[in-house]
Amino acid sequence: MTTTLKHAAATIAPPLILFTALLAAWQAFVTLGDIPAFILPGPTAIADQFTQFREPITGAALTTGRNALIGLIIGAILGILTAIISATLWIADRIAEPIVTALAVVPIVALAPVLYSMFGASSEQARIIVAALAVYVPVYLNTLTGLRQVLPVHRDLMRALAAKPLDVIRYVTIPTATPHVFTGLRMASALAVISAIVAEYFGGPRSGVGSFITTAAAGSNYAQAWAYVLGGIVVGLVFYTTTLALETYALRKAGHR
Amino acid sequence: MTTRPAIEVTGVHRVFGRGPTAVTALHDINLSIAAGEFISLIGPSGCGKSTLLRLIADLDQPTDGTITVFDHSAKEARLAREYGIAFQQAGLLPWRTVAQNVDLPLQLAHQGKRARKERIDHLLDMVGLTDFANHYPDQLSGGMQQRVAIARALAEEPSLLLMDEPFGALDEMTREHLQTQLLRICAESRAAVVFVTHSIPEAVFLSNRVVVMSPRPGEIRRIVDITLDRTSDDLRTNPAFFESVAAVRDALHNGAPAGAGVDLR
Amino acid sequence: MNAVKAVLSNKVVAAVLAIIAVAALWETYKALGPDQGVSLGETRILPRTTDITMPHTWEMIQRVVEPVSGATGAQPLWFAVFAAAVFTFSIAIAGWLIGVTVGVVLAVVMQRLAIIERAVLPLVIISQTVPLIALAPLVRSWGSQITIGTVPWQPWMSVAVIASYLAFFPVAVGMLRGLQSPPTIQVELLRAYGAGWWTTLMRLRLPASVPHLIPALRLAAANAVVGTIVAEVATGLPGGIGRMILEYANFASSDPAKPWAPIFGSIILGLIAAGVITLLGLLLRTYRRVETS
Repeated sequence: MTTTLKHAAATIAPPLILFTALLAAWQAFVTLGDIPAFILPGPTAIADQFTQFREPITGAALTTGRNALIGLIIGAILGILTAIISATLWIADRIAEPIVTALAVVPIVALAPVLYSMFGASSEQARIIVAALAVYVPVYLNTLTGLRQVLPVHRDLMRALAAKPLDVIRYVTIPTATPHVFTGLRMASALAVISAIVAEYFGGPRSGVGSFITTAAAGSNYAQAWAYVLGGIVVGLVFYTTTLALETYALRKAGHR
Repeated sequence: MTTRPAIEVTGVHRVFGRGPTAVTALHDINLSIAAGEFISLIGPSGCGKSTLLRLIADLDQPTDGTITVFDHSAKEARLAREYGIAFQQAGLLPWRTVAQNVDLPLQLAHQGKRARKERIDHLLDMVGLTDFANHYPDQLSGGMQQRVAIARALAEEPSLLLMDEPFGALDEMTREHLQTQLLRICAESRAAVVFVTHSIPEAVFLSNRVVVMSPRPGEIRRIVDITLDRTSDDLRTNPAFFESVAAVRDALHNGAPAGAGVDLR
Repeated sequence: MNAVKAVLSNKVVAAVLAIIAVAALWETYKALGPDQGVSLGETRILPRTTDITMPHTWEMIQRVVEPVSGATGAQPLWFAVFAAAVFTFSIAIAGWLIGVTVGVVLAVVMQRLAIIERAVLPLVIISQTVPLIALAPLVRSWGSQITIGTVPWQPWMSVAVIASYLAFFPVAVGMLRGLQSPPTIQVELLRAYGAGWWTTLMRLRLPASVPHLIPALRLAAANAVVGTIVAEVATGLPGGIGRMILEYANFASSDPAKPWAPIFGSIILGLIAAGVITLLGLLLRTYRRVETS
């Protein structure tokens, strides 16, 4: 027990110390250098604004978080389903490959303006779709990779055991692919939040973290804008750590170590 | 026990690819293996010994010729789960414990829970891994993993065991230990065994007959009968053992008439 | 069936078919879907299909060759998009270069000193899970407020800095993995020859990192393009594709095919950026051989 604790401390301590040092240096730089807030407000000023505007920040963070969550769920389901189709149907794989390759390198947020016009500028739909598209790419690619990781020796074994196709999927294909699916989901969880925020820069209702950052910055309330950024960071961290925890739990339960 | 042969291989060819790049992996193979017999396939890389084993297991199909396993086609035998198989890699499922890995064939055969539990306990006892039932494969040494794979192959009490260099990646000490254990297990289960190897002493130690193969195209060069007194404790240091080793080596290297004291067919 | 397989194995054919498939899906939904889209309660789950919200695919293509506006002597739309794309691409290159430099330096330092890796790598990873790009509107205020030496801070520099922030991450992580990829036997071989850290880096670790570096550079290039476009929007920098997307979105009701032109431009830009790195990978293919056993 003590060794695991020691190990955990050894893992967490260096980044934590570095992070604290960076914060302190930031504060010192701002205070001693007499840096004006429009260039860089200090951490204490941001924290002050954060507590002061706790309620609107929470509201905006919840809106953005909701968009990101729905996008994450839709994109993940679509990604996994289409990856299964591509793994089964050769022709689907060939058609999907150039589309996904393109989606992977293309600025998906650029679609936001036309999506606002397709779904209505007063709704959150465009943001959800941008998040879903951004999520789709890593989930699809990782799931497809996972489905193709089945070892030849395992395939031979199941054939030698005269296993039915459904049994092969249940006992070998799904367990093999699961870790890869979760890798995709973990990458996607961060992307969902980032995309949902950035989509807000391209228009739509003034409801989420992104739109409040632009408003606050336009009104020269820089520390307040930074406080909203902090709100977005919290949402991003919540998404990432939740997926990570889910991954750890699911893989341990399935016997992966 | 009837006298029907376990395996009958007749005029089997296997050609990979087509046209000018085609490679003949097996050329006109004829082989009959009796029930309860231990046969080793030996030869240099590319002689088709693993291919022949895969054909018998119906993991691959011959280009020409027929293979019967217990009077059925190889496919029917596979679907009826007539054989157990072990590969060079243990091929354990890493997310399953030792017991769960051994359980896999029983689970696929929809056997009852209690019967499965008893069978697993017996099999783990047989390979000496009772204490490791709840370990995961990555916690085991290579030799232990291979023992799990053998237990898994024996799970449904097959009357035929197919083994593709199962001890190939192990060190010499572990290897000899597992060979002795395999002989004991086979004597208990009375299963016929087809054992692919590239080790001459291993083939001689284990087999009733050693099938010596040569490459390009893969052919049976000679079949060497091994007649050893397997009840003796010091088989590996026995002069008869060395004579058989010499005979197999001779057949492998040039196919010239073998030395004295060896029964050739 | 075999003939179909042979034809589809061609990447160009597959790409063309994919484009046709997407266009067909668009047109089919436009033809069959209701004008106001499909709503579930208050939420519209499928888009509106009017000519304003979903212009025909051929209208989008046709619009590209027509002039930007009704004014006499206006450039064709494709030319305006092209000019904006060149502007965006040059900023993206600057951002990519900064990002790659920072990423490579970080990776080398992390490889050299394990304690730095343990302190920096978790922060680097967390930095990508948090939407720091949300800072983009704030970087805007740097314009004309800072001078570096005698050079005043230019707005495009803010954009390049944001782009580099998105680009450095895959390089840092991919490069570190590449530098750490040589197996112990190879490292010990060089040690046996008396090679120091620098020689080992130049002769072993750098060449060994190439297979990991190429995909990282490609991702960094795509990220630099995305980052530049987003930063152009967020900082309000005119002249590039990002600003153009936002401006043309205003024409959605009067000239519905127009907003699609800069979007297609950004897609092509992303593909070109990734394509350039693929070419670079071909030049370095000697280092991507795998020792087979």
